Formats: sequence, structure tokens, C-alpha cells
Amino acid sequence: MSRANITVTVDGVTYTDDVEPRLLLVHYLRDRLGKTGTPIGCDTSNCGACTVHLNGESVKSCAVLAIQADGAEVTTIEGMADGQWHPLQQAFHSEHALQCGYCSPGMIMAAADLLRSNPRPSDQEIREGLEGNLCRCTGYENIVRAVRRAAEAGATS
Amino acid sequence: MTADTQAAQAEQGRARLRKEDARLVTGQTNWTDNIVLPGMLHMVFVRSPMAHARITSVDLSAARALPGVIAAFSGADFADEQGSLPCAWPVTEDIVIPAHPPMAVEEVRYVGEAVAVVVARDRYTAADAAALADVSYEPLPPVLDLRTALDESSPKVHAEGNKSFEWVFAQGDADEAFRGAPVVIERNYRQQRLIPSAIEPRAVVATDVGGEFTLWSSTQIPHVLRVMLALVTGIPEQNIRVIAPDVGGGFGSKLQVTAEEVLAVLVTRKLGRPVKWTESRSEGNLTVHHGRDQWQRIRIAADRDGRLRGLSVDLLADMGAYLMLVTPGIPLLGAFLYNSIYKMDAYSFRCTGVFTTKMPTDAYRGAGRPEATFAIERIMDELAAELGMDPLQLRERNWIRHEEFPYTTISNMEYDSGNYEAATARARELFGYDALRQEQNERNLDGDPVRLGIGISTYIEACGWAPSRILGQLGYAGGGWEHASVRVLPTGKVEVVTGTSPHGQGHETAWSQLVADQLGVAFEDVRVLHGDTQVSPKGFDTYGSRSVAVGAPAIFSACEKVLAKAKRLTAHMLEASENDIEFSDGRLHVRGDPEKGYSIPELALATFAAHNMPSGMEPSLDSDATFDPENFSFPHGTHLCAVEVDTETGQVSIRSYVAVDDVGKVINPMIVEGQVHGGIAQGIGQALYEEAVYDDDGNLVTTTLADYLVPSAADLPSYVTDRTETPATTNPLGVKGVGEAGTIASTPAVVNAIVDALRPFGITDITMPCTPERVWRAIQNARGNGGAA
Amino acid sequence: MIPAKFDYVRPSSLDDAVRALDEGGEDAKVIAGGQSLLPLLRLRLSYPELLVDVGSLGLRGVRDEGESLLIGALTTHDDAIRDPLLAAHCGLIAEAAGRVADPAVRHRATIGGALAHADPAADMPAVMIALDASMIARGPGGERTIGAEEFFSDYLTTALAANEILTGVRVPKLGHGWGYRYEKFHRTAQAWAIVGVAALARRSNGQVAEARIGLANMGSVPVRARAAEAAAAGADASADALRSAAQHADEGTRPPADLHGAADYRRHLARVLTARALAVASGA
Repeated sequence: MSRANITVTVDGVTYTDDVEPRLLLVHYLRDRLGKTGTPIGCDTSNCGACTVHLNGESVKSCAVLAIQADGAEVTTIEGMADGQWHPLQQAFHSEHALQCGYCSPGMIMAAADLLRSNPRPSDQEIREGLEGNLCRCTGYENIVRAVRRAAEAGATS
Repeated sequence: MTADTQAAQAEQGRARLRKEDARLVTGQTNWTDNIVLPGMLHMVFVRSPMAHARITSVDLSAARALPGVIAAFSGADFADEQGSLPCAWPVTEDIVIPAHPPMAVEEVRYVGEAVAVVVARDRYTAADAAALADVSYEPLPPVLDLRTALDESSPKVHAEGNKSFEWVFAQGDADEAFRGAPVVIERNYRQQRLIPSAIEPRAVVATDVGGEFTLWSSTQIPHVLRVMLALVTGIPEQNIRVIAPDVGGGFGSKLQVTAEEVLAVLVTRKLGRPVKWTESRSEGNLTVHHGRDQWQRIRIAADRDGRLRGLSVDLLADMGAYLMLVTPGIPLLGAFLYNSIYKMDAYSFRCTGVFTTKMPTDAYRGAGRPEATFAIERIMDELAAELGMDPLQLRERNWIRHEEFPYTTISNMEYDSGNYEAATARARELFGYDALRQEQNERNLDGDPVRLGIGISTYIEACGWAPSRILGQLGYAGGGWEHASVRVLPTGKVEVVTGTSPHGQGHETAWSQLVADQLGVAFEDVRVLHGDTQVSPKGFDTYGSRSVAVGAPAIFSACEKVLAKAKRLTAHMLEASENDIEFSDGRLHVRGDPEKGYSIPELALATFAAHNMPSGMEPSLDSDATFDPENFSFPHGTHLCAVEVDTETGQVSIRSYVAVDDVGKVINPMIVEGQVHGGIAQGIGQALYEEAVYDDDGNLVTTTLADYLVPSAADLPSYVTDRTETPATTNPLGVKGVGEAGTIASTPAVVNAIVDALRPFGITDITMPCTPERVWRAIQNARGNGGAA
Repeated sequence: MIPAKFDYVRPSSLDDAVRALDEGGEDAKVIAGGQSLLPLLRLRLSYPELLVDVGSLGLRGVRDEGESLLIGALTTHDDAIRDPLLAAHCGLIAEAAGRVADPAVRHRATIGGALAHADPAADMPAVMIALDASMIARGPGGERTIGAEEFFSDYLTTALAANEILTGVRVPKLGHGWGYRYEKFHRTAQAWAIVGVAALARRSNGQVAEARIGLANMGSVPVRARAAEAAAAGADASADALRSAAQHADEGTRPPADLHGAADYRRHLARVLTARALAVASGA
């Protein structure tokens, strides 16, 4: 087919849209749904800025076709706060784990996924868990501190 | 008068959490690519696949025919209106500044140079249309090696030849200093070409509404850009508004007037519709200006006891194909810093700027000073090895002593203050220097295949760009002042309008802290406005670690003026003499009678009603100030790095990294520490991972993040940081700035460590980036040459 | 940045998938996790006209077949890391899967996709030839089994016909006495292996009775280091002896020279990493 109808639930809201197969999930989120909280940083799935959760797992939304997300549940950075900030959002703030903030949505989503499967990571495990997310501003020192702090606060996803 | 407010300096030095974070951690950001306007069209550029060629034809008919395409333009379509991208720093009188059309018309000179642009209803159609552009080229020979580009036989990048300029500086008699010096060593170092790689790719949105232009751009320089756009396009300056919305990192790479910005303005004017351009990462690797790229020939002369006599520096600097905004000046920013913190009798510097058929170079974090620091800190280690001295001891023998400040160096820089002893002592302590040396010795004696190396970098940096008068002497077209307005609103809240343009540095927070202290208002009650030339009409923006050293004093001055007005009004309202009014604990009152007085918010309300103003005083506390520094500021520090080198594979891992930096007084130590962390990471990136590589045809090989290796958290160590605090004497706040210091310091610390680990093999240098292969090969070559280990 | 246009189908049965691929001919391509394919499409290095998405075909998970395990082609790398059968019987796959790319990529990237993509620098192909795995393919003519070494025929090329789909890979259960190690040498955590070594060693009486070594990025296909295997067989399970055996690791290879490594450096790495991998695999 050269166009398809997809139904995707994003941050708790269900959308139905007509899309080209080549439409990247990240473009669907940003351009079609107006969910500009998820940025794009590269074209080879290296930077991780576009990381979202797809059916509960972190994925790089630039490396998923929107059509492949048909029927799926997607959580973006805009869906992480639940009345109040997610512990990771809070920890990134309190540990100064962001400067320009461009990598932060992806970094937070990746960290949330890490804590889901490893609630008490060591610093080395945090660094390895975030190996798919590039930051040019912070040197990662405070990002590691933030994830550690969120873990200590009992954040498990 | 503000000296009275010691007790109220609650914000200075406080690790306030950032106001910026709220929108950034929740995704409520305003990146340029987020902007959507009615009727907006998308631009995609067609770019040259050739490093050097004549354009023989541009056929856009197939592109134009694609449904959804509104227009397509070649360079010829804009030839009469696009002008030339500016170079704001003609460093010599006879500098060659070739014409630089934003879109190539006749000739392309680097892979990626724009030759056409397609405009379509959506970004996908625009991409498809760009792929249909049919451009023919007649190849010309590329010029790729800096070292042979000046040969007679080399092909020419420009008709005027491949040499852009030669710039020299000398003080003292270098020949004399070298003649008969007991120890003279010479080294050649390569500063590889880097890609700054801010995580936000560039984006531009431009609109023309009845001749009034608005340009949103992921830029560090909205003010400079506005002026430059007016000069380049001829559009009246008052009809141009430039907005830097949220900007995702710059590091100098967005300190530029780009082809894409100029062309967006021209296209929107032609079409009468808003246009957007968003680059892809691979496009950006090609066409965001690159950093560094020098060959350095360094000679140092010393006595047997290590006392330095002289230093001679000769640089070949790769300009790339054109001179962009600051291109020729970048290597010269280091010219006055090769001598660093050391005393010597003579210094000579020469830099030749050379054209090649590659992307132009320009500012990248440190901009000339990392290159200088690398050269001097590397050769100091070499000299120490030559003399059989401990490298820290050699440095200490030559550095300017704490008591000697202010000190005018051999390169005519007047360092206002510093304390190299204190920073170094603290670094040594945190690092465990002596214990690590001992471990190193043991490992060497054991012939351990994993060797330990210790690297030192006692750096200085010259930042706080810049005293305007000195810029004039250097031939720079712009100034270095900074501007601020402080407005107290009727309900007592404060708006601070700054000419700085943050892109991660936390100015909304730090400037709030500064004003809160100065005016005795709550941190939460201050709002900082920036980045939009309609909101902040004046400034010189953010780069060169200037914002706290130049921007903050401007805010401070504006606050002083507010207080002066407040004092005058208070005196009038209390029927007292101005001389008897003081400001303490956030109130203006008669000295000795704090009960009777007013806060700044109360006075602002009084000016709003204006019922009781002194005659001759306007009913307003609002004040402007412009600060032009008298001198650069001179942060310094000592970084120590321990590496382990696996001699079997060449793999280098950083075992520990300690940074003790002295950036004078600080407003927000948390923000300062973050800048150090990020700076170190980029310096380590240069030392170990990063290089922009061109192949023999002039194609950039490292076009993606899969090949240009920006390190992740898993590739970097943890850093131990501390500060000493030697206030600057050239601004009332005592601040020096920190944005680039980490990067300037760290690269030589890492490379010195690697060479230190391998010196027992007879190795004296590894070319950056120190990849495992290069390390391994150096060991093989050394062993082949009989190097013992 | 933006892929060229393509059509897309997502069949719900294997027969439908094979039919779609068959009808699409040379211009049709299978997409599973898309982690190898999508970057190629975004850089416009590949222009399929039809993508056949095999994501709805089941084919995910590891099945115990008694003497062997059958890994469904759509088993993700993350699945492989966590799978109890692989952990118990073929830990080399779990270990290597954990070294591929990063967590988000591993949630999507499938074992089958990595094998069908056949990049010799990838980790899974080297692992599968070391294991003497068998690939199960389904085409219009039915199902067939292809041995791993035959499967990887050239750079980015497999023995799969254009109308065949890889449905699973069969791997032996490593019995008692077998140890393993995947050594991946790369410059950054996300980077491809400059050289990768998948080593298996069966230990018996303080010696290596048998060794199997698969090399990544030492040629246009993953390569078995047979000379080193022969040298290791019968060697003491000691670091020194295995280092000697490992000197043969690069024999018969034609390593590439590129941005990340020259050929002689790769040869050296193959030897060093094979020594290290054998030492770990044999518990030396």
C-alpha cells in the first residue's frame, strides 16, 4: 500500500491518521501530532535525542516507521509527568543534568527504561545504559548523578 | 553603596537550580524546527558532491515538476542579490578575502557547498525534489593538504592563490634567545580538524510580511546576525528581526552568518511565504563550520636548569575554501597565549592562513586557545623529559608567581591575577600525584603490558571577549561591549534585558541571581529576556566565554544606576539628603534608621503613580548600561589526567581526571562546574576520538555520528573538580568566565598522559586523535627502532 | 535524512509474506526491526520500492528442540539477552547480543535481521559461524536449511534468494565443558567492532579439546579462524599456550582497511583478541 491508516496512542491520547509508509515515527510525532517535545539530532540512530517508549520499551523514534507503530502505545517526554514531574525530570533538574536541554528528552526516556530493568544500577551500568544517547554540553557527570539520585528515590521506570 | 549589602549577597556563589529546566525537562521547548507558520514551505538544499569544480549546468525542471514543489532556485537566480557572506576580521591589510556567494554560481570549492535550493509544501517532498536536481560539473583539482597548498605547483582554490594571509608577532629577540641556548627542542604538532557537533542541528525559519523580515535561527548571535544580514542583503536593519529561540548548543559552531540564513531571507522575499530549513546531521557535518586544523612547528629554548629563554611558533592554519565570519582570526586568538603562564625572554609567532577545498573553519570551543595550550603544554613535557626534570617542577620554575600579579607577559598580555601555586597544589592533592608516580614506576619496572601515564596541563585562557579598543587594534570589525537594561515593573517584579544569548549556559538563572542580590528582590521575581532583537535590541551575544565577564558587569552597572535613582527618590520622599541614604537588606533608608525606608519594588510603584517625584527626575527607575571591559579575563587552572595504555591493543582508558580551575568569583558554582565537565568532555573527544577526515577526492568521510565519534557516557570518565578563587580585577564582580576553559585545558592533559605512559618506549608524540591503532603503531615503530620497554 | 518513497505491506502469514516478496522481485525488501535498514533508507543508500514487514509473523522467541535451540528470526537482541534458554545453553549469543549498539536499538533490532543484513562488521554473524548455526529460510518452494558459512556469501549478501525470508536460526546447545567469550574491540561504546572475536572452547583435563572461533570485520564475510582453532585443539588451557595458538587467528583472512583500522592492525587485533577470548572461554 502507498498510504495507510494508523491508530497510535501517544501519551494517553489515541490518534488515527493517514500516513505514507516512509513517514518516520519521530516526524509523525513532531509534525503531525505537534508533539515537538521529542527532538531529532541525527540521521543514523546514534544520538538518541529522539528516544521514546514504544509499548513500554525505549526505542529511537527516528528508526521506527510510524506505520510500524500502528496499534502501539507511545510515551514521549511530554507524557512522563503525571500531575507532577517524574522523578527523573526532578533529578535532572536538581543535579543540573542538562544545559541546552536538547538531548534531555531522549536521555530521560533512556534513563527511565534503564531503571525499569535495573532499578539500582551502578555508575558504570548507568553509563552503559546511556551509551546510545549523546550529550555535547554536560560531559555526562551530572547525568550520571541524576540517574543515581532518581534510582535512590525509588524511580523504577 | 552596594558594599553595604554584604549581608544581602545571598545569591552570589549559590547553586541555584535553573529556571530554564522547567520547559526543557518537560519537552515544552521552542527549538527553531518546532516553529510552524501558516503557509510555511520547506527548503532543502542541493549540494555539491565535488570538492572543486566549475558548475556547467543546473537543471531544476524535474524538481519543479514534482507535485508539491513551489519553486527551485540556483545560484544564478540569486546572483544579483545574495552578496557575499561576511568576514568580520581582516587580520592583515593585505589579507585575501575571496568573494563568498551564499549559493555557488560558477564554481564550487568544497563538498557540500550549496548550488540550488528546492522549496516545497512539506519536508518529504522537498527532499524528493532535491534528489531530482540535475547539476553538471567540470571537475577541477582539489587542494587538500595544507602543507603543500602553498607550493608553486599546487592547484589554486581561488584565482588569487592559496595564501590568505601571513601574520606575525614578536617580542624580545628570539634569535638571541635561541642562539647558544643550552637546550633547544623543536616539535611538530597536528591540530586535527574537528566537527563541533552540537546536538541540535541548525534550523532557520524566515518570513517577509510587507518588507518586515523575521528570522528565527538556531544561532548564538542574533544581534550580530541582524547587522550582518542588513549589510549583506541591503534590507534596512530596522526591518529585520532576528530571534534565537531555544538553541540546542553552539560551542562556537553557531557563531556564524550562514548561507542558509541569508538564502532563507532571500527565498521568503521572493516567494512572499514563510520558509523553513532544517539540516540533517550529515548535512551539518559537511556544512557547519569546522574547528581547529593547524600544523604547528614549535621551538623552545631553555637553560639546563629549566629556565625558559624563548619560544617560537610557526603555524599553518587551514581556512577551508572561504573566510567566514571569524575564520582568519581564530588561530590568532591563541597568538598571545603560546607563552601561557610562563616567563621568558623572547617570543615569536607566525601564522599563515591557507585555503583548501574543504569546509571553512571558524570558532569552536576555545577557538585558537586550545591549540596554543596544547602546543605549550606538550612541549613543556618534552622539555622536562629532555632535562630529566619532573614536568610539574619545570612548570613551577617558570610560571608567574602569585605575588607578581598584575604581570605583563612577553606577548603583551597583562594578566590581572592568578594563583598557579594554589591550583596546582590542590590538583596534586586530589589526584594523588605522588602515589600515582610511584605506581607508574613500579609498572614500568615490571614491564606491565598496561602502562600508566600522568598528564599535566597548567593552562591559562584569555576570554571575556573583549576590550573593544584591542579588537580595533587587531583589525576586528566588531566591538566587545555588552549591554543590559533593568526594568522594575509597577508590581515590583524585575525584567532584565541582556545582550547575551544563552544556548545552555543558564543566563536566565545566573542573571536573576545577580539582580536579586543587587536590588534586594527575590530570585523568583526576576525575569531575564534575551535572544530576540526586538526584545533585546543591543548586544554582542554569547561566545568567547564573555557572558559573565562582560554581560554580567553590564547588568551590574544597570543595577547601580537603578539604585542611584532609587536613592534620589528615597531622599526626596523622606525629605533627607541623598548622602544620608544607604541601601541594606533590600531597603533604601536613612543611615541608622532602617525602619523608615523603601524597597525597590515600593519605589517602582511610586514611580508608576508619580505622585511625588523630585523635580527633574523622570518617573522611572529603569536603567541601561553598556560595559566594555578594559582587558581580557584570565581564568587558569591545573588539570591532571591518569591514563592506562594497553600496549597490546593501543587502547587508552582514562583512569582519573582532576580539574582545579580558577575562574575568579562565580555567581552559580553549579553552572560553573557543569561548564567545566562539558568542556573537559570535548577536550577528551579531541584527544581520543574525533577527527573530520577528508579522502583524496575531497569527500568528507566522517559525515555521520557513526564515523565522527562523539563520545557517550560510556566512553568518558568521571571528573573530580574543584576551584580556587582569585578574583578578576577588571570588572566589579571579580568574575572571569568558564565556558571554554575545560576544553582548553583537557586535550594536552590527556595527550601528555599517553606520551608519558609510552616514553619508556622512546615515544615522544602520538598524533591526535590518539586512536588505539596510532598508539599501537607508535609502539611497534619504537620497538622496531630498538626502543626498550 | 528522509527516505525515498516505498510501498509497504505487513502480511499476517508467512505464506503471504513470501508471496509479497516474490511478487515484489528485486525491488522488494524485508523489514523487521529496521535498525540496519532505516539508517540506509534515511541516507538514501537504498531504494526498495516495497517493504515487506515481517513483524506480525510471530517468529519471536527461543524454542527448545532437545539437542538444539531454534531462535525465531524476530527475536530481538534484548530478548536474546534475557532469554533463559540461551542463558542456559548458548550464552555466547546472549553475551554478544548485549554488545550490539545500545539498549534502544536492541529493543527493535532482531537476530534474524542482523543475520540477513550480513554486515561482516556486525557481531551476530561472527557468533553464528562460530556456532556452526543453521539458518532456516522459507521461500515459494518451501523451507530449507542453510549452514552459517554458506549463508554469508559476500559483503551484505547472503545465500537467501530475493524471495526468501529467514524465519529462524538453529544453534547447538553447548554442553558440559564448553566455555565462551565474545571480545568486541571498538573505539566507542556505540561503534562497530574494529575486530570482533566469538570464541568457544571445550575444556577437558586442563586442555582445550576443541575450539571454534568466528571473526567479525576481518573480511567481506564473517570468518572462521580455522588455523587458530586447529592450533588451540590440544593446547593447554593456559594463557601462554592459547596466545601461541591465537597467533594463527588472522590466517586466511583479508581484513579491510578503512577509517577505523588498517589491515595490519586488524590482523594484530585478531590475534590479541583471539588469545584473550580463548583464555576466558577455556577458563585459563
